[in-house]
Amino acid sequence: MAMNMNAKVDRYNRYFSIIRFVVAVFIAFFISFVIMAFSTEHPFSALLNLFIGPFTTLRRFSTVLETAIPLTFAGLSVCVMFKARQFNLASEGGFFLGALTSAIVAIYMPLPPVLSIILALFLAGIVGSLVCGIPGICKVKWNSSELVLSLMLNYVALYIGTFIFNQVAKDPSSAYSASFPFREGVNLGNLIPKTRLHYGIFLVAVFVVFTWQFIYKTKWGMKLRIVGENLKFGKYVGIGTTGIIMMSQLLGGFIAGVGGGAEMLGMYSRFQWSALPGYGFDGVVLNILAKENPAYIPIAAFAVAYLRIGADYMYKKSDVASEIVAIIEALVIVLVAANAFLEKYHHKVITRVTAGDKGGKE
Amino acid sequence: MKTLVKVIFTSSFFYSLIRVATPLVLASLGAVITSNAGITNIGIEGIMLISALAGVFASAFLGGPWVGLLVAILVGVICSLLIGYVSMSLKADSVLTCIAFNTMAVGGTVYFMYAVVKDKGTTLALDSGKLPSIPIPIIEEIPVLGKILSNHNILSYVSFFMVFVVYILLYKTPLGLRIRSAGKDPKALSSVGVSLLKTRYIALAISGVLGGIAGAFMSMGYVTWFSKNMTAGRGFIALAADAMGNSTPIGATMASLLFAVAEALSYGLQVTTFPPELVQMLPYMATIVGLILYSIKRNADKAK
Amino acid sequence: MGDMNSKVVLKAEGIVKVYPNGVVANKDVNLEIVAGEIHALIGENGAGKSTLMKILFGMEQPEKGKIYLNGQEVTLDSPKKAINLGIGMVHQHFMLVESLTIAENIVLGKEPKKNGFFLDRREMLKISSEVAEKYNFSINVEEKIENVSVGVKQETEILKALVRGAKILILDEPTAVLTPQETKNLFEELRNLKKQGHTIIFISHKLNEIMEICDRVTIMRHGVTVETKEVKDTSPAEISSKMVGRDVVLHIDKLPAKKGELCLEAKDLCYTNKLGKMMLDHVSFKLYAGEIVSVAGVEGNGQSELAEILSGMKEKNEGEILIENKRMQDYSPKAFREKGVVYIPEDRMSVGSAERMSIRDNIFACKVDQYLKKNVFLDESRMEKDAKKWIEDFQVLCFSSKQKVNMLSGGNIQKVVAARELTEDFKIIIAEQPTRGIDAGTSELIRRKLIEFRDAGAAVLLISADLNEVFELSDKCVVMWNGKINAYFEDTAELTEEELGYYMLGVKNQSKEEVEKIWR
Repeated sequence: MAMNMNAKVDRYNRYFSIIRFVVAVFIAFFISFVIMAFSTEHPFSALLNLFIGPFTTLRRFSTVLETAIPLTFAGLSVCVMFKARQFNLASEGGFFLGALTSAIVAIYMPLPPVLSIILALFLAGIVGSLVCGIPGICKVKWNSSELVLSLMLNYVALYIGTFIFNQVAKDPSSAYSASFPFREGVNLGNLIPKTRLHYGIFLVAVFVVFTWQFIYKTKWGMKLRIVGENLKFGKYVGIGTTGIIMMSQLLGGFIAGVGGGAEMLGMYSRFQWSALPGYGFDGVVLNILAKENPAYIPIAAFAVAYLRIGADYMYKKSDVASEIVAIIEALVIVLVAANAFLEKYHHKVITRVTAGDKGGKE
Repeated sequence: MKTLVKVIFTSSFFYSLIRVATPLVLASLGAVITSNAGITNIGIEGIMLISALAGVFASAFLGGPWVGLLVAILVGVICSLLIGYVSMSLKADSVLTCIAFNTMAVGGTVYFMYAVVKDKGTTLALDSGKLPSIPIPIIEEIPVLGKILSNHNILSYVSFFMVFVVYILLYKTPLGLRIRSAGKDPKALSSVGVSLLKTRYIALAISGVLGGIAGAFMSMGYVTWFSKNMTAGRGFIALAADAMGNSTPIGATMASLLFAVAEALSYGLQVTTFPPELVQMLPYMATIVGLILYSIKRNADKAK
Repeated sequence: MGDMNSKVVLKAEGIVKVYPNGVVANKDVNLEIVAGEIHALIGENGAGKSTLMKILFGMEQPEKGKIYLNGQEVTLDSPKKAINLGIGMVHQHFMLVESLTIAENIVLGKEPKKNGFFLDRREMLKISSEVAEKYNFSINVEEKIENVSVGVKQETEILKALVRGAKILILDEPTAVLTPQETKNLFEELRNLKKQGHTIIFISHKLNEIMEICDRVTIMRHGVTVETKEVKDTSPAEISSKMVGRDVVLHIDKLPAKKGELCLEAKDLCYTNKLGKMMLDHVSFKLYAGEIVSVAGVEGNGQSELAEILSGMKEKNEGEILIENKRMQDYSPKAFREKGVVYIPEDRMSVGSAERMSIRDNIFACKVDQYLKKNVFLDESRMEKDAKKWIEDFQVLCFSSKQKVNMLSGGNIQKVVAARELTEDFKIIIAEQPTRGIDAGTSELIRRKLIEFRDAGAAVLLISADLNEVFELSDKCVVMWNGKINAYFEDTAELTEEELGYYMLGVKNQSKEEVEKIWR
């Protein structure tokens, strides 16, 4: 009987989290709609454009996928670190420097294209590891706040990156600030004509599977989850906790770096970033939506990308700034992350379920 | 080296030091208040940004920079309380709440800027005005010192006055006593019948006031317009200053000044042949080095 | 007692308290406190003293029963209410802000103001030094709490309550953290308080202290108030025999012990805690295969520190540990596990489990490396097979091995802990309060398991404050008191409860030679 009840409560908990998510999304859209109503006379058509936008042309739909690729990388990177309860936001800097690294390899390395690509991505990953490893090592050694440190480090990464770019890669003949073009064939190709969708989508799929496998199916992943859940427990069962914490940040950085590299080689033919891409924070957003499960991150990334591309379309058609998405996203994640949101209702349902069980109503 | 000396030993360097220090000092004081109450308010970055835009709008449409300042403060308080509501009353993780809030601040300000001026970059099109700069009577006359200390924006003077105010508030008032207790030992505070939640909300509101003033300075003192993401991590630097200053108003101000030196230096060095990117990196690099040194020292102290 | 009724200030009648996890902390509690007395409340761990005090201070609400203050029935639904009614409490764990001064702590929450906004420092100092003087506390109220001794911290707590107008003071084991000198000082102060008309409820399990300072004593056992007596009409022996007693004797049959090889040897272990108190004072003993040695004692006498040092969770200050005659080099939890020491910690929630992970993850947390395919991947089918077996073996009530631990009851969580620890390849079991706060069924299961493994040749060190457990399980028994082993009994079977009680409460102490038998 108690077993049945537990199973029942478990099931209700699962339903509840879905309901909560749907309600959160609904509220977020409702508030955003009200905000939009202040800045446009046609909020309905604006919202409609937001939703249908991505489906209007093949090109737009493919842009959703193209946008989801780097988002997924960022989500996976943050996921590995969050699982170990490390609030390291240096993925952002790792992404940026990873992209630059791969660009430099793509410009200069006289290797056959395939080897160039592999080397570029690999080195991008190593650079990403280094970036995320710095706050990691300071946390492990001196208990510095990895959060504040990584926030600062991102700016350092940006300026060092820009410096290196200006020194070694900038094409003086280019009209805007861009690097020399990548060598012939050193890119992730084109999957569908007339779109920019590239083979990076397969790479990211591999990384999703890899990260999921790593976290849930390997010894390191299990130890990482244990340490993240309860550090004291981790020590007690004999896990070398500092090593695990360090590993999570190096791996998270590696994924971010590869993500930067894939984005660069997939979408561009020259390096031309002059600001941080913002993927580090996006990674956090995705993890809240995906409940820190790598399997759900591509779905969350798709949803976010969908919203963003829809918003771009809305901007063109309805003259409502696409940045409304930032407000929608923030509202959704805050409501999803808020433990007390709808908790009273949840509690009532659970009490009724357990009480009903006691009454023998199976 | 010579250029460095040349850059530093000018009155304009010290003048600009005070100017760039203003938002850092204000924001770090905001961080000091909340961290004393036991909250890491990463949202201070977003609060500054939103207040900066609100100030510009209010100044342009409601009646000048003073109204702008008032609205900026009000908006700062509202944002701060909102963060408090979500993280304390709705029980969301406070770090995640603040990250979400900052993300929203960056996008949301652009959204509203576009809605009003149809520009996603700056509000240059608006005539939003500037808070006055104040010449200080006697000091103004002194040769070098006058150039450094006089003729600053009024909020620069306010910021240094605020150091004093926050000090008094934290250490000389019952409220300060409660705020510090809320951070150090929440149980002790509750055990004497004082509401922890209320105390923390008050701390957040004060932090919102300071963040609001900092934001107003950015868009109505430092420059006279709002531009996309104009705070550029100053809120984060303020957090670092709070950590390095051991959450005391004086300490955090000193740390802010240190970072301001790096920033002022970066402006001074821009006219030299020094690589500009590395120069821009200085304040952030200084913050990192400062934070690491601080944690090494703290660890060594603990070991004793 | 009839003629004293007029003076009864606080009365509790028929109090029943059941915690949500089903533990009945107070079954039938009746207490009468007379104005101006120092009233002792004594009982073993888990007898329900702390619960009763929490009820009297408004921190917990009873399911049944009535509380009368000066003859009028009152509802104490919050500490604030209790404070307003003149009841003050000094908790065992101080509620003080370390970085503030004594004076600031005293006035916190009712600070005197100047000009309506500023803290009136002078008034604050006046209030606190006046109250300190009035009750003869010689302290400097301007000193910061972090710089003062434990004794002064406690005095601050008492002053905090007095400033708020407390007429009845509840002191929860006030001497547990004090040095003998500080204790003496505290008693002086308490006598003074009594003289000035205050009533004191003094919770303790130190008999000599009760004899020294209290007027009357109420003895609690298993959630019931057994008796209230005048201290002058009773003796330590009488109190001890009334408070130490077994309720239901569940008898577990066990074969005689087969003493095997020497497994673990501890030599002169010392440990000083953060507050500077010496919790372990040169503790030495030997543990042999095939035996259960229990460490009895009233909580807070160094047993939990001993358990934590023997499992690597805390680092000793002095002494050494030998396992199978080999001196340990590395004292990390990992090293102890590798040497075959398993540990059932007292705190199963924050140390013993990761509550938001699955039962399976919890069971295999310490065995990850033994369940691998190709040295990297978790061998889930083997895990699942063994998890199922052990879940059945340890009778964990659940619907799947993937169920999260926080959905289980306390007893079931403890079974998960046991299923993890007692299935490894181990030689030595350190079990710390393995059955505290869990249901009878689970307790019996875990006790049977411990005997089973002892018969199979494991060495078991059982740290327990539960006498039932000590008598039922152990072959040998040591008693810890004040950081030392103060008694050693070669055969638990020959021991009586009364006798054990004397040693646990420090009424009796064995000679050095007798105690040293354990490692000689």
